[in-house]
Amino acid sequence: MARAKKAADGPTALRVVGKALRKVDATAKVLGVTKFADDLSLPRMLYCKLLRSPHPHARIVRIDATRALALPGVKAVLTGKDLPIPFGILPVSQDEHALALDKARFVGDPVAGVAAVSEEVATAALDLIAVEYEPLRPIKDHLDAVEHPEPRIHDYGDHGNLHKLINLEFGDVEAGFAAADVVREDLLFFEGNTHLPMEQHAALADWSPDGKLTLWSSTQTPHYVHRALAKVLELAPARVRVIATTNGGAFGGKSDPFSHEIVVAKLAMLTGRPVKITLTREEVFYCHRGRHPTLMWVKTGVKQDGAITAMHFKSLLDGGGYGSYGVASTYYTGALQTVTHHVPRYKFQGARAFTNKPPCGPKRGHGTPQPRFALEVHFDKIAEQLGIDPADFRLKHLVPPHSLTANWLRVGSMGLAECIRKVVAGSGWNEKYRKLPYGRGVGLACSSYITGAGLPIYWNAMPHSGVQLKCDRGGGVTVFCGSTEIGQGSDSVLAIIVAEVLGLDPFDIAVVSADTDLTPVDLGSYSSRVTLMTGNAAIQAAERARDLIARHAAPKLEAPVERITFAGRRVFDAASPERGISFAEAVQLAEAAAGTVGTVGSYTPAAGAGKYRGAGVGPSPAYSYSACVALVDVDPATGIVQVPKIWIAHDVGRSINAAAVMGQIEGSIYMGLGEALMEEMAYRGNRNVVHKIPSLLEYKSPTTLEMCDVVTYVVEDPDPNGPFGAKECGQGPLLPVPPAVANAVYDAVGVRIDEVPITPEKVFKALRRKEKGEEPRFGPLGFPDLPWPEPIRVAPPWEGGDGRAVEGGKGREKAVEVTAGRRR
Amino acid sequence: MPDPKAKIAFELNGEPVEVAFAPHKTLLEVLREDLALTGTKHGCELGECGTCTVLLDGAPVLSCLVLGLACEGRRVKTVEGLAQGSRLHPLQEAFAALGAAQCGYCTPAFLLTADALLTDNPSPGRDEIKQALSGNLCRCTGYIKIYEAVELAAARLRGERAEPTRESLYGSR
Repeated sequence: MARAKKAADGPTALRVVGKALRKVDATAKVLGVTKFADDLSLPRMLYCKLLRSPHPHARIVRIDATRALALPGVKAVLTGKDLPIPFGILPVSQDEHALALDKARFVGDPVAGVAAVSEEVATAALDLIAVEYEPLRPIKDHLDAVEHPEPRIHDYGDHGNLHKLINLEFGDVEAGFAAADVVREDLLFFEGNTHLPMEQHAALADWSPDGKLTLWSSTQTPHYVHRALAKVLELAPARVRVIATTNGGAFGGKSDPFSHEIVVAKLAMLTGRPVKITLTREEVFYCHRGRHPTLMWVKTGVKQDGAITAMHFKSLLDGGGYGSYGVASTYYTGALQTVTHHVPRYKFQGARAFTNKPPCGPKRGHGTPQPRFALEVHFDKIAEQLGIDPADFRLKHLVPPHSLTANWLRVGSMGLAECIRKVVAGSGWNEKYRKLPYGRGVGLACSSYITGAGLPIYWNAMPHSGVQLKCDRGGGVTVFCGSTEIGQGSDSVLAIIVAEVLGLDPFDIAVVSADTDLTPVDLGSYSSRVTLMTGNAAIQAAERARDLIARHAAPKLEAPVERITFAGRRVFDAASPERGISFAEAVQLAEAAAGTVGTVGSYTPAAGAGKYRGAGVGPSPAYSYSACVALVDVDPATGIVQVPKIWIAHDVGRSINAAAVMGQIEGSIYMGLGEALMEEMAYRGNRNVVHKIPSLLEYKSPTTLEMCDVVTYVVEDPDPNGPFGAKECGQGPLLPVPPAVANAVYDAVGVRIDEVPITPEKVFKALRRKEKGEEPRFGPLGFPDLPWPEPIRVAPPWEGGDGRAVEGGKGREKAVEVTAGRRR
Repeated sequence: MPDPKAKIAFELNGEPVEVAFAPHKTLLEVLREDLALTGTKHGCELGECGTCTVLLDGAPVLSCLVLGLACEGRRVKTVEGLAQGSRLHPLQEAFAALGAAQCGYCTPAFLLTADALLTDNPSPGRDEIKQALSGNLCRCTGYIKIYEAVELAAARLRGERAEPTRESLYGSR
């Protein structure tokens, strides 16, 4: 409750939180002294290279490494049989092997690993490894997977090459459609794209004859890498230490345990020497785990005033060769449709296909930018059909704050209305919408995103984040936390929050993070969970330290303990602030009286309201909200779309570091713009399935010349669950950008591009169709029939449900252990 | 068998340096592997991303595309040569203050490209900054804080008393 009170106090009560602060690691970064994984080296270090499959789908008949092993300078060669234990990020899809055991499932799938005295020798050795493949028919995309259940890429999954099938129904949607004035259906497609962090993945392993393994790696999830290493290498977790080096960009692309991490560890164990690998840029494209290409169908019934009566949403995801986070990604394509506008009845059917391409996984927004694109374009069309301004449409029927949705998500603070008003006023929407000259247009879209997932990947009752605090008699404070700095500023969040509570300066705080030997577990830098979860854990640890120190300072200050206040590196009596001692002196009093001053804090999200199978994906301690207006120029002669300016308003609850919030929002707009206009994972040929563009030159991403101007409005609607009210800001602002751009293209030239990226060819084709009197649109034309399981039926809260399934939800899927662990 | 090493002398961050290395190595590799200056990063080693930018005789070059041997007798400046002793260069100061370095991986290259720009043009407009930085990719910032940092540093280098704007740090009202 103390936290909720703090959230309501307002920014004037805070001394550090909410200011625009320099990050604690900024100086090291501008000096170039921050050590990234590839900057590390150890004496006697060997270099690793991986041999990768040239076939998209092939049985491995034979591997002969004799000639490679004979090459001078080669110290070891590993193949699949050396690492036979499977792994994977989710317990339900332990379907990866560090090196392909019997089958290669995409071009680039690792098959063998070499350790040698130099990268040159290791590379030369790869050519000497003879692999005999028996090619199998590749499955090229999600539609191919639906049509061809055989050959199966994996021997598990819900149906043929369909990895996962989900069918959830919250209320009678058919009755809802029958009650509607207008029912509209739309088909949309979101192409896959990748994270493209500037830092290529790298890892360095060291093995001690004591039987201890240390791995430094460019990973967002040292905790899960720790688990995977212990499992595959059959080591006691206590003998494995994973240190996540500062990530040079990640965006979700460094969230899985990877082959290269396991291979260098095993090679270090075999050779007794440190082994390093740095992936080439081409290999980074093969690691992928990026945005799932997603085909979507949406049907919504609305009343004349825009009130939604029912929604039915279907998605089909192209998952690539392995499970990765895919089961969760699939659920996410159906989870957050209900948290912006009130949807009284909702049905979701989602499917994920295995295909012979690099695996898809979590990219910034994880599974939600695709449906948000579909929904916001769909809403734009509905508003037009109803003759309602799209901004007015979106201001109506908003989900009320502190309420439950049809699918049992508990919404807390909800600042979307304020976000919409900000961008409408700032952009001059009312003067621009449907009023700009042909070729220029504006579009609007909204969105919401989770601030951390309510459930951990491995179900357990333990905290999602832990913090230890050490207060030194010299006045120094060290905060230890497993959270991982990926550029988002998580180390600074820890320092700022501890400084706020203890009345210190953030630069007084030493931060030790992301080291499984030194720091308590934090699950990792994904799902926008770190500020909220480590923040709450840090508040708890710091408040415990503050209370302990206050108790022992009070007698010295001759003041009641309730009046003891911490500010300006002093500890004093609030009633007479001149009566005080230094923070260091106060720590000394506590240490003398009670021994070494150390505290811990932790955070576990409250249980979700939904108790049905599948209810594990979607619940979050808090939801952020965004609204966006995009201004576009479309050249009708070429179809080229340019975006001069975007207005974004984001409800962050409360800024912890205002400057970092601005950076996260602007960076999200940038990445959303790339997805809207140009970024795509494209593959060559029909049956070849070779990555068309595994290079930074060919994979188009916005440079300074394509990036738009951004006007940012930070809306602060504090959430009781957030530290000081804070919600996420690192992913949510990406979501409204692609639909806002698509809607603006329609305003500009009157064609609907129901597919991203919105490339010149697509716009041009749609304009040609318009000229010929055909449907002025580019987008998918159908959604295949899928072997859906019987729906799990759950009554929405307003129909008297209790969050449990009325029927369905029993049977085969063990999957839910991961995603809905906390069912009762 | 290992190549015989080549040995060259050049000026590195204002100091003379001699270094021996395998002759096929790029300047990027010589800096990182033979001189232990790991401040210079790499994103592709194919000349596509700009992340390995250093200044060669004052001009930005992609160090992954320059042979080490080509640097004999020339002037090379890396991120390690920007700060004066323990005092940050105004560009470094501005990048740190505005959050223009998020993950920090592309930062050394942006700093050096901007340094070359400001040497040529002490008062660049926003479009000139965009042009100068268009060969450097950044995936974190959306470039906006980078432009603002270059503008802030340029003003300070011109002797003006400039501070970040409220809008830049807290957003529009």
